[in-house]
Amino acid sequence: MSRPRLCTRLQGVVAVVAGLCFAALVVGCSSDSGATAPSSTAPSSTAPASTAPFSTAASSSNPAGTLTVFAAASLKAAFTEIGAIFQTENPGSTVTFNFAGSSDLVTQLTAGAPADVFASADTGNMSKASTANLVSGTPLSFATNILTIVTPPGNPAGIAGFVDLANPDVTVVVCAPQVPCGAAAATVETNTGVDITAVSEENSVTDVLGKITSGQADAGLVYVTDAKNAGDKVTAVDFPEAAAVVNVYPIAMLTAATQPALATEFVALVTGPEGQQVLAAAGFKPAP
Amino acid sequence: MTSGSGLPRWVFIPAVLGGVFIVLPLVAMLLRVQWSSFWELITSESSIAALWLSLKTSTASMVLCVLLGTPMALVLARATFPGLRLARSLVLLPLVLPPVVGGIALIYTYGRQGLLGSTFEVLGLRIAFSTTAVVLAQTFVALPFLVLSLEGSLRTAGRRYEAVAATLGAGPTTVLRRVTMPLVLPGLISGAVLAFARALGEFGATLTFAGSLQGTTRTLPLEIYLQRETDPDAAVALSLVLVVVAVLIVLATRGKASEGSL
Repeated sequence: MSRPRLCTRLQGVVAVVAGLCFAALVVGCSSDSGATAPSSTAPSSTAPASTAPFSTAASSSNPAGTLTVFAAASLKAAFTEIGAIFQTENPGSTVTFNFAGSSDLVTQLTAGAPADVFASADTGNMSKASTANLVSGTPLSFATNILTIVTPPGNPAGIAGFVDLANPDVTVVVCAPQVPCGAAAATVETNTGVDITAVSEENSVTDVLGKITSGQADAGLVYVTDAKNAGDKVTAVDFPEAAAVVNVYPIAMLTAATQPALATEFVALVTGPEGQQVLAAAGFKPAP
Repeated sequence: MTSGSGLPRWVFIPAVLGGVFIVLPLVAMLLRVQWSSFWELITSESSIAALWLSLKTSTASMVLCVLLGTPMALVLARATFPGLRLARSLVLLPLVLPPVVGGIALIYTYGRQGLLGSTFEVLGLRIAFSTTAVVLAQTFVALPFLVLSLEGSLRTAGRRYEAVAATLGAGPTTVLRRVTMPLVLPGLISGAVLAFARALGEFGATLTFAGSLQGTTRTLPLEIYLQRETDPDAAVALSLVLVVVAVLIVLATRGKASEGSL
């Protein structure tokens, strides 16, 4: 009975909705959600400031093209920096990253996603990729990571060590045992005999950090590098028992690589002194 | 049916394509189900806990949606006041908001340091990481479905019978109870079922706001998301359970209340 009025109302709704969608889009862009976002654009090819000790032979051939790297989410900061170095050392090349959970990346690769290099946050997912015949050659271990406790800034609950997480008055968030960070947490629990009653078992380190930075929980277990990345939004409480549970990061070229020369160069950069320096600055420990 | 539709034949081509577009992924998933271990996968302890929690919380959310959404729909369909259009736009917001954004908003409202959460905390009530948080997240995203569906029914039903009842001496409450509500009952039912379905599928707001713990906050969609990390077969099996429930819901609504709804 009132079609025209309904239409104008709908237009109103649509206008408001469109405005909000646009706002969400802007926020989404500026917060850099990560997936398949190309890293900083290639610097001008005239810059010869290459100091890499191992780029002597390859730089004469100067392979150009776009290198696609699938890397674990925890590598985002370090690899973005290494990518910039790579582009400086290989003028004309562009590195595109896809940062996500390692198991998500394996799923994508198995489904035929085009990539040249895969860097996993654990050996389990790299094995999955190897079993699926996605990996060319033997993966190289390039970094390790251990767990740390994170609390809201200033550590209001006064967490001093791993034992404190068993206190029933402390709200603790961990990763689910199905994901690498949760498996590591479970191993520490077994090693120490400390039984944590977590209020939530999250799917990723990012989700654990989110619960801490928003003040929902008193303490969480994440990797040292994640705590470092979060800056002053969290307080990290390192505990000695973490050193016994080491998470190894392997990297490998993929059989489907369309840029094998660049891929080899990239793996060499990550495992070489320059890449190792960047990784160490991000909080990673050297490979065993 | 084809001859009686009065439509040009070519319209059926894109229509069928669209249908295939929706159905094909479901078929593809169906083909991936490991039938030999299907029963074992969906009856594991964690699966049962997740399914049971999903049904419980979705039912609670549906009841909340009916209790809050029915008066909202009545006001939006019948009342006139300044700012009505703005009010309607705001009510429908959760429909278009990414659920994760809803989750973040809920944290800052009912979370430990949130707008209301800090008050609840003083009273000894903690919503974060509880089943209550799941119900709040589900109700937040499902409420507009009920309001929209019921408001449509109210507008279609019109006010003629209500006016007649009023002239015969019935008070506003009697008119609402004896005339309006029976007329729009099909719309209310379809709205409630839609709200239930939306609550059942809720993922983003729950993960962000309520967390994920077996038996407390890990609903079926969260369990599927977690299983996918280690056991894709289990994830597919549980997805099928969710699809079957969804199909049953859609069929039930279509059968019962197709005339009354939008």
